[in-house]
Amino acid sequence: MNLSFTADQETFRKQVRSWIKTNLPKKDTGAQPLESGDPKRVREMKDWQRKLHQAGYVAMGWPKEYGGRAADVVEQTIVNEELVLARAPGLIGMMGILMVGPTLIQHGTVEQKHRHLPKILTAEEIWCQGYSEPGSGSDLASLKTRAELVGDEFIVNGQKVWTSNAQYADWMFCLVRTDPTAPKHKGISYLLVDMKSPGITVRPLVQMTGDAGFNEVFFDNVRVPRRNLVGELNLGWLVANSTLAHERNMLGSTTRTQQMFNGLLRLAQTRQRYGRPAADDLVMRQRLADLMIRVEAMKYHAFRQLTDSIRGRPPGIGASVNKLVSTELNHDIAAAALEIMGSYGTLARKSNHVVDRGTWPIEFMFTLGLVIGGGTSQIQKNIISERGLGMPR
Amino acid sequence: MDFALSDDQELLQRSARDFLNKECAPSFVREVTRSDDGFARGLHEKMAAMGWSGLIVPERFGGLDLSLLDLALLNEEMGRTVTPGPFFSSAVLATLTLLRSNAAALQKAWLPKLASGSAIGSLALLEESDRLDAIGVTLRCTKNRRGYRLNGTKMFVLDAHVADFMLVAGRCRAAAQDGIVLLLVPRDTPGIEIKPLLDIDQTRRPCEVAFRDVELPEAALAAGEGRAWKVLSRVMDAAAIILAADSLGGAQKALEMSVEYSKVREQFGRPIGSFQAVKHICAEMVSDIEPARSLVWYAAYAFDHEPRQAARAASMAKARLSDVYSRTTNRAVQIHGGIGFTWEHDMHLWFKRAKWNEVAFGDATHHRERLAQLSAF
Repeated sequence: MNLSFTADQETFRKQVRSWIKTNLPKKDTGAQPLESGDPKRVREMKDWQRKLHQAGYVAMGWPKEYGGRAADVVEQTIVNEELVLARAPGLIGMMGILMVGPTLIQHGTVEQKHRHLPKILTAEEIWCQGYSEPGSGSDLASLKTRAELVGDEFIVNGQKVWTSNAQYADWMFCLVRTDPTAPKHKGISYLLVDMKSPGITVRPLVQMTGDAGFNEVFFDNVRVPRRNLVGELNLGWLVANSTLAHERNMLGSTTRTQQMFNGLLRLAQTRQRYGRPAADDLVMRQRLADLMIRVEAMKYHAFRQLTDSIRGRPPGIGASVNKLVSTELNHDIAAAALEIMGSYGTLARKSNHVVDRGTWPIEFMFTLGLVIGGGTSQIQKNIISERGLGMPR
Repeated sequence: MDFALSDDQELLQRSARDFLNKECAPSFVREVTRSDDGFARGLHEKMAAMGWSGLIVPERFGGLDLSLLDLALLNEEMGRTVTPGPFFSSAVLATLTLLRSNAAALQKAWLPKLASGSAIGSLALLEESDRLDAIGVTLRCTKNRRGYRLNGTKMFVLDAHVADFMLVAGRCRAAAQDGIVLLLVPRDTPGIEIKPLLDIDQTRRPCEVAFRDVELPEAALAAGEGRAWKVLSRVMDAAAIILAADSLGGAQKALEMSVEYSKVREQFGRPIGSFQAVKHICAEMVSDIEPARSLVWYAAYAFDHEPRQAARAASMAKARLSDVYSRTTNRAVQIHGGIGFTWEHDMHLWFKRAKWNEVAFGDATHHRERLAQLSAF
């Protein structure tokens, strides 16, 4: 155990801090949420990621030939911590950076890597995930979107659903059925689909937050070149599983949770309840302390998983524990914020007297979505008990 | 930046587990808890011979000079096996108090004996009020020409009935923290009366200790006014961390027993572990325990290496593990069904230890409020 940083790492932290101070985009209070797909907002968010990448702070652990720095995880941790401290906006290209990127590094062809990885980092191309279908949620492997190999092309027909970012994404990584006669896990392939291909229709779905954050995506004889197949034909489930572990870690990101908790604490210290700050109330203090403990436990837990990954130890069911615990923790933090705000807590974004621009009730709803997406809490518990504890199916 | 156990620490963990599995099986624990004094001298001597009693004692006093994290790992294994006996009161509480006291002569006289296991020590802190703060210390201590005189009663003194000495917190002045002194009191000092209490957790042996005109020489002073409470605060942090580690080991064991049982117990023609209602409980135990383990490691590390975070980290670990251990054993009993509720089945050993650990040195509510204060909510 050694949690101290070397002199070089401390110097690096200072550089990062001063870079963020100079380059952090100004808060635009009138901005549309990203989910609205407002082109101006999308452009701003792409600019922010590109700047961060140019500074060398995005996907630092990736190999140099694909635009990374082959840096150790400590440096990426320092960058992430400083971004949290500065309350910096998240990255628009997260799906690419954390999900399809690592999958391509692991399973992609040389051509696929060179074609896609650099543009993932610069946010020139944004990715979305084509997994869930109307009939295939928790039972993902039952998916029916059909891809038929004809010559050098797949002809894709079917429908995806709950597809976040599809309204402005350039590419989709997608699971399709290529062998309908094989057992369900053995007839699936992993394709990269250009969202500008003829035959694709994106229809927004309005979430309970009021934003069209996700979509239905329809495929009508969409042609996908065979070179866009990742891994082997009909073995896409294996490829997808490596991506799912990345997704669970993304959804279970502790930096986001810390940021939310810091916001909650500020709220509790500034909002008055019955003539005193909410944080002075003994019951609320218990709740805040409990949340703080759970947040910090996940922070150190992430350090431990990081160290394990450096030492090449298998993650086991760690990603599922992260996803399960962190998404529920995020929702609990937002719920505490609403309670602190009392009647103001449920005021909508455009209302008079709204607190913190109405972000808390949105977070309260949005974080419940994260409990479901990427495999519900119940699915994570199945994985933990069956794969982790070896309990019978 | 490295958040993992060292090879030596993993070795310590493995060898402790092997040893305790062999020497401290549930049948042995039951045998010890049935005895009058609850003290297995043979086990105590074997643990001392391996250097466990002197794990954190400096080499010049015959110890191994290891860290609190090492001690926590050892106690995690003792929690796994619900090890009875005075290890916690002697090798943790008395040893740490003496180590922090700076009383050179007392250290020289007692630390080598604690390290070798030839003496047992304890700490007398709580009183009838059961308060963990400085105000709770009311045992009257009057200073005279020859030394000190003690009058009053201490409560919940662990293992006092088998201890060779106690470190006793007494009050010389009204000033809440600064009026407290710490005195080393041999058990055979005239005027001391020890009455064992009976706890539902029979692996722990708390006592009521009455002091009637107990006379002590000046040399008995372990920490004087202005310093004693600082020593005690630090010892209470360490105690919280060590108990959190004990709870971690116990919770992990309760989980493992539940999973094993659910694989063999059949109802409705199939193992109950194939039902999601049971699986999900076990998965929740895992997701309680694994992040909590990181918290315990961090708290033990911070105690030695990050003094400014040490108190916060100790409270976080104790609050969390108090909740997690009790919740885990509660669920473990339920997974075992009727048999889990019997005296015959071993599960109640962990269930009761969880309840004792939960409260000792501050329950979750106490430590959450303390964390709130330390974090300036």
